Amino acid sequence: MSQHPERLIVNVGPQHPSTHGVLRVVVELEGEVVVRCTPDIGYLHRGIEKLMEARTYQQCLPLTDRIDYLAGSANNLGFVLAVEKLLGVEVPPRARLIRVIIAEMTRIASHLFWLGTHAHDLGAMTPLFYAFREREQLMDLFEAVAGGRLFPCYFRIGGLARDLPEGWTTEVRRFCRTFPEKMKDYETLLTHNPIWIRRTRDVGVLTVDEVLDYALSGPVARGSGIAWDVRRADPYCGYEEFDFQVPVGQNGDTYDRYMVRMEEMRQSCRIILQALDRLPQGDIAVDDPTVTYPKKTDVYTKIESLIQHFLLVEEGIRVPEGEVFHHTEAPKGELAFYIVSDGTSKPFRARARTPSFVNLQVLSKLAEGRLLSDLIALIGTIDIVLADVDR
Amino acid sequence: MSRPEESRLWMEQVLEDLSSHGVLEKGVFRDQWWVAVPRDRLREVMEALRDRWGFRYLSDVTAVDRLPKEPRFQLVYHVWCHEQSALLRVKTWAAGDPPAVPSLTPLWSAADWLEREVYDLFGIHFQGHPDLRRILLPPDWEGHPLRKDYPTEGPDWDLD
Repeated sequence: MSQHPERLIVNVGPQHPSTHGVLRVVVELEGEVVVRCTPDIGYLHRGIEKLMEARTYQQCLPLTDRIDYLAGSANNLGFVLAVEKLLGVEVPPRARLIRVIIAEMTRIASHLFWLGTHAHDLGAMTPLFYAFREREQLMDLFEAVAGGRLFPCYFRIGGLARDLPEGWTTEVRRFCRTFPEKMKDYETLLTHNPIWIRRTRDVGVLTVDEVLDYALSGPVARGSGIAWDVRRADPYCGYEEFDFQVPVGQNGDTYDRYMVRMEEMRQSCRIILQALDRLPQGDIAVDDPTVTYPKKTDVYTKIESLIQHFLLVEEGIRVPEGEVFHHTEAPKGELAFYIVSDGTSKPFRARARTPSFVNLQVLSKLAEGRLLSDLIALIGTIDIVLADVDR
Repeated sequence: MSRPEESRLWMEQVLEDLSSHGVLEKGVFRDQWWVAVPRDRLREVMEALRDRWGFRYLSDVTAVDRLPKEPRFQLVYHVWCHEQSALLRVKTWAAGDPPAVPSLTPLWSAADWLEREVYDLFGIHFQGHPDLRRILLPPDWEGHPLRKDYPTEGPDWDLD
């Protein structure tokens, strides 16, 4: 500091709305230009990985909702798929397609939240209200199916918690039909808005090499032209059967990442509609007494089911010894769970590789040499949730 | 030739090439390949994977504390090849007191925070890391929580 008396050190956050949570960024300024930018994270560290080691696999599941609380179901999905891979079980088609529907709805909800707050950070007030209006519809649909809004915890190891309520699919269809129309409203507000373009064009440009060097994933990588989407590259849940596009940008700037996320919402709608068309009747969980809970009515009337329920609650699911790494395309990027099992019903080691943590790293590189007001745009364009960063 | 067959053959080629870099062990579980390499050749192996075989995406760096087994700390790296859609797990062991492994920051900028997290939560040092300090926990925190000998519950606080 003493070497540069003209420089000013400013703390952005940790309590500042534009940091999207408790992110602290120590910024060294020369005038309005950021000379050095050091993110300071960990304010929301809850030790989820350590907590998981002391819990059975079923008990771990509610913890995963809290990793990225704007996309609870996406985290559930990553975790249950990793455990199912260890177990070597595959869920019935109905459960698989419902998972896809919920996961894509989660993607839209997460992107809507990003859209509203990102635009708000840059001074556009109206998109926030529009985006939250549609997000609220999704939240109601989550609530109807799972009881929870932010933390649905609807997926289970080996299937789903319960079947869909009456009339739910009709409501989802209605949402998917009206939503692309609503998106036009957002686009009229932003896409050709000269202020929006000047705030986002050529701000935070990332080249292909930088994206690979920083191991970026999700829309941040796709904005730079890399079609890196786990749904396409390493399909899970049968994503290879769906007809959808992986939108990519060209310039790798904040505007392109905006366009990529907008297009992704439309593609998610397409996936949901396709999944609804194919949704068969049938079981919603694997038929394996060592994995899934028996029906409640059976627990009250049959001794075998009572014992099965008792063992699953008391002992948990015994997972074979081994280790797997399972990645999924969460709304913010590649979400991976690496689970090491020692053959007991608790994970020996559970690791969550979250997209926000890895993607946030590039912030210093993007912000240095730019104006302080761009820093706010850059935090928004990486699309982080601090719970996802800190775990 | 079917797609899975093709990728299996390609992976076998990669593993054969890696054996010249002193791979100690290799295996496959649930269709996921892993190799174990000696600590002092880790950087060489990763560089070969990145530059020769296109594993340009360092997905994850983490560790496993295998207490009471020896060697105790196992480092686990996951790399992904975009062209072949292939995943490979590379393992190595940290040794010494404090336990240490070479840093991968010269190869990937992404390794910076990932290694700092492992240092913070496991106390494993990364030789050659430019800025090795705690990342999630406060700088004055004592101990490394993800070690197996670190308690899950805190001490009993006297609330009076």
